[in-house]
Amino acid sequence: MIPAQFDYVAPGSVEEAVAALAEHGDEAKVLAGGQSLLPILRMRLNAPGVVIDLGRIPELQGVTEDGDHLVIGAMTTYAAVLASEAVSTHAALLSKAIATVADPQIRHRGTVGGALVHADPAGDVGAPALALGAELVIAGSGGSTRTVAAEDFFEDLFTTAVGEGELLTQIRIPKHTGWGAHYEKFVRVSHQWSIVGVAATVRSEGGSIAEARVGLTNMGSTPLRAKAVEEALVGQPATDEAVRAAVASVAEGTNPPSDLNGDADYRKHLATVLTRRAVLAAAGA
Amino acid sequence: MTITEDRAADAASPEIGKARRRKEDQRLITGRTRWTDNIQLPGMLHLAMVRSPFAHATISSIDVTEAKAASGVIGVFTGEDLKDIQGVNITAWPVSAEQKTPDHLPVAVSHVAHAGEIVAVVAARSAAAARDAAELVDVDYAELPAVLDLKEAAKDEVLAHPDLGTNTSAVWQLDSAGQGSGGDVEEAIAKARESGIVIEREYRQQRLIPAFMEPRSTVVDPTGEQVTMWSATQVPHVLRFCIAATTGLPESKIRVIAPDVGGGFGGKLQTTPEEFATLAVARKLGKPVKYTETRSETMVSGHHGRDQWQKLTLAAEKDGRVTALKVDLMADLGAYAALVGGGVPVLGAWMFNSIYKFDAYQFNLTNYYTNKTWVDAYRGAGRPEATYAIERLMDELAAEVGVDPMEIREKNWITHDEFPFTTVAGMTYDSGNYEAATEKAKELFGYDELRAEQKRRRESNDPVQLGIGISTFTEMCGLAPSRILGALNYGAGGWESASIRMLATGTVEVITGVSPHGQGHETAWSQIVADKLGVPFESVEVLHGDTQIAPKGMDTYGSRSLVVGGEAVVRAADKVIEKAKVVAAHLLEASVDDIEFSAGTFGVKGTDKGISMPEVAIATWTGHNLPDGVEPSIDADATFDPDNFSFPHGTHLCAMEVDTETGATKMRKYVCVDDIGTIINPLIVEGQVHGGLVQGIAQALWEGAEYDEQGTLVTGSFVDYTLPTSADTISFVTDHTVSPSTYNSLGTKGVGEAGCIASTPAVVNAIVDAVRQFGVNDILMPCTPERVWKAIEKGRSVPGEGERDAQPHFDEGVPNQDPGAASEGSQA
Repeated sequence: MIPAQFDYVAPGSVEEAVAALAEHGDEAKVLAGGQSLLPILRMRLNAPGVVIDLGRIPELQGVTEDGDHLVIGAMTTYAAVLASEAVSTHAALLSKAIATVADPQIRHRGTVGGALVHADPAGDVGAPALALGAELVIAGSGGSTRTVAAEDFFEDLFTTAVGEGELLTQIRIPKHTGWGAHYEKFVRVSHQWSIVGVAATVRSEGGSIAEARVGLTNMGSTPLRAKAVEEALVGQPATDEAVRAAVASVAEGTNPPSDLNGDADYRKHLATVLTRRAVLAAAGA
Repeated sequence: MTITEDRAADAASPEIGKARRRKEDQRLITGRTRWTDNIQLPGMLHLAMVRSPFAHATISSIDVTEAKAASGVIGVFTGEDLKDIQGVNITAWPVSAEQKTPDHLPVAVSHVAHAGEIVAVVAARSAAAARDAAELVDVDYAELPAVLDLKEAAKDEVLAHPDLGTNTSAVWQLDSAGQGSGGDVEEAIAKARESGIVIEREYRQQRLIPAFMEPRSTVVDPTGEQVTMWSATQVPHVLRFCIAATTGLPESKIRVIAPDVGGGFGGKLQTTPEEFATLAVARKLGKPVKYTETRSETMVSGHHGRDQWQKLTLAAEKDGRVTALKVDLMADLGAYAALVGGGVPVLGAWMFNSIYKFDAYQFNLTNYYTNKTWVDAYRGAGRPEATYAIERLMDELAAEVGVDPMEIREKNWITHDEFPFTTVAGMTYDSGNYEAATEKAKELFGYDELRAEQKRRRESNDPVQLGIGISTFTEMCGLAPSRILGALNYGAGGWESASIRMLATGTVEVITGVSPHGQGHETAWSQIVADKLGVPFESVEVLHGDTQIAPKGMDTYGSRSLVVGGEAVVRAADKVIEKAKVVAAHLLEASVDDIEFSAGTFGVKGTDKGISMPEVAIATWTGHNLPDGVEPSIDADATFDPDNFSFPHGTHLCAMEVDTETGATKMRKYVCVDDIGTIINPLIVEGQVHGGLVQGIAQALWEGAEYDEQGTLVTGSFVDYTLPTSADTISFVTDHTVSPSTYNSLGTKGVGEAGCIASTPAVVNAIVDAVRQFGVNDILMPCTPERVWKAIEKGRSVPGEGERDAQPHFDEGVPNQDPGAASEGSQA
């Protein structure tokens, strides 16, 4: 379909982009990779007066290392993250999750920052960002920046800590070098949004689990982190029996949606099975 | 004589049977070709449709003031504005004399019966301006209660069309006792209830949405003496007829062109409201106009497929020999009787008995209207539904008897030495060899090894269980003998037409009345004509899809193009040869009786004298030296009306793994051995089989149109209507046996629908087979992981039962039946 008419702005720097946001306010929508925004515009579910395209801002692109952190520019595409050896070495969980996103065409257009700010709970980037303890760098007016922990970033369905007039610029991920990782994505067809996804990363010591991080996709209005399960896993051997017991309560307190792909109870059941599988795979069992 | 020599060298290698790459592919794949939406005409305007958001409403008023004043807008038209010239979307097949058929106006005037129905049309200088203005059309609706569920519709409590007084469109029956083709079905069932086996099941054929690659598009140019319509249609000839029949435009003033068309699968076997509305606006404005739909519009406005409830009673003797089948079918036509419409389920009537010998058979059909998108032909049209039902039932019977499901089929199928065989439904199958296809399929599949693995997994209580599904199917193709269509009250014939023009420079134009939309007719027809006339493949040009170039035709659907249209080409070629012989004899100074035609050369018996087809063609064109009284033309036309249908068949075997922890299913292996008669181009056949298989598998696993309680299509985009991609399928093993059809000279049977008809029950049979030990005997389609998992859980929750009794099953609350009647399988 054809979107309603809009003006188009393509700033060349974060500073210009923030200024454009300030100028246009509510009228403006930020275009990252466009893999969610463009369908929304084309189906006329939204009709912004101005679209601010971040695609021409070099400082938002690419993966760098900063000491014990990886720094991923918000406009880095999924494909670029997948191609990054630094990410697969130090944040394997993110690589594995991103490898499951939609299809190659979308992975070459869609961006990690765009997906995080869009904050669709069925998206595959939120759960690994939570599990890896990512920090989100947000630019505001007058050159100001602030950093928000992933846990505080996702506020509700399609709602994040990025406020009016602000832009997500960087994702900083503490290095998880040597951690095993697995993203267990459950879909009916390969290019679908996750029905349920489980992101697990594990540091093993002598055959048992020393530390574990678990994030859940599409089990509520935001991506979720399963802290109780993480704690229960510490010290457990990476066996089916031990992990099964440790993850049994993973769906407690979650509030997943009911739709054509499954009702909430089925999703809760899935989360339990998938968490066990993800943890065991991450632990190399 | 160069050409003759080349042909002589090639004579050992006929074109028919060669795996040629398709000559049309380069332009089709690159898109640098004549898709309708690529057409730009001087001064052309663009249309946008305003559609009803309500499933059922009356239109109180429409205010177009603001839309008319919008930038770039030339006109805004309501149904009221167009009612005198817009025509009607008619049905070609009123299945009974009593059928109730609501008027289907292209642009609704006062009443809308499904969400997505057009209520106004905006014409503007650009498609964007038209779309913007369409948002400004202010329609005031008075909403009416909508009937959405098929079984609710049958109660007649809420009416889809209040003025009809009922939701029932028509009732139709085929009864073997009544027509003398078999025994009395009730007697046989009563007997089986006493001393045999009765299997009772209710199966759901969910609603599907055809997802052709090219959205529908129509361009109309009203500025010539003839009004020209380009449209992405399977049926340009039918479209021209319907326009003439309902708009007041004389047929001779209408030219319809189906340029390159990107897929149809039955979805473009329609004359659409959009085509008629586009024509009406073009005539009103006197300017060329274009309308191209969005995918969202396809989903709500293009016709849907399937949508039936099948109540089935199968009677058998204790040993598994089937004695009777009774079918009670409810079919949802949606809001209107579409082009084939109520006839689609009728096409299944001869196929429920499939390849089997039953003593008695009865098929009872009731067609209903609901306030949902209209339903019409979708790849297979009536036959996949029937095949699904009988192939699922044969598995259930096997479970009841306690034998391998293949054994039940062998016990009941028509054996090779029984052909030709007249079935209990009254259809005569001319050829087939079910034993040969099955033997080959089992070998390719590794049937016994997979059965052994299944047993191991069951015994070890493996979380991943394995199931094997069989589908030994047949179909009736080559639609259709005109006399039979007449007897069924269908509004047209089933013949096909072809012309061959022998050009002076040695090339050949073949004009065909069928209308390809991705099948590869240009390649296959070229292969046929190259062999027939002894000219190079490259010298043959196939023309189609334009009523001015190919004035006569019945178009493409129902696996008819090759079987009926290909035979017309053969007959036209035979006439060319007969005419050319006369000229050749004259030029060779011999008697016509002494002329032999072989490999492109007319020779004189017993001599080495000869003349090539191109030489005869140019001699005819110059006309300098023709026999007295012979016209200077060796061109020929032929129209072929088949005496019978063709009956492709095959054995499809599918192995599915079921993850019992999640309900996820995974295809392990798929083997099919199809008998489609003579194969013209194995590469095209392979493509047809692969595509068909995926489409059928998609019904089993992935696709299903779902509405909410207001009648809004929930699966209105590909986010929710889950089409598979190549990433979701495996490599199929395909092979063939060849039992040529006896009703056309090439021996072809048709392959367009085979894969789609056969694969659905093979997949579901495999899934049920994998989990039958948990007490599961059915799972609603699409077999989503949730449904599979819940079926297993529910089966397991019933204490003391493993594989449970297969009969009877029409009780309330029985697992995996109607989600309306029981809780299982319901969608949140």
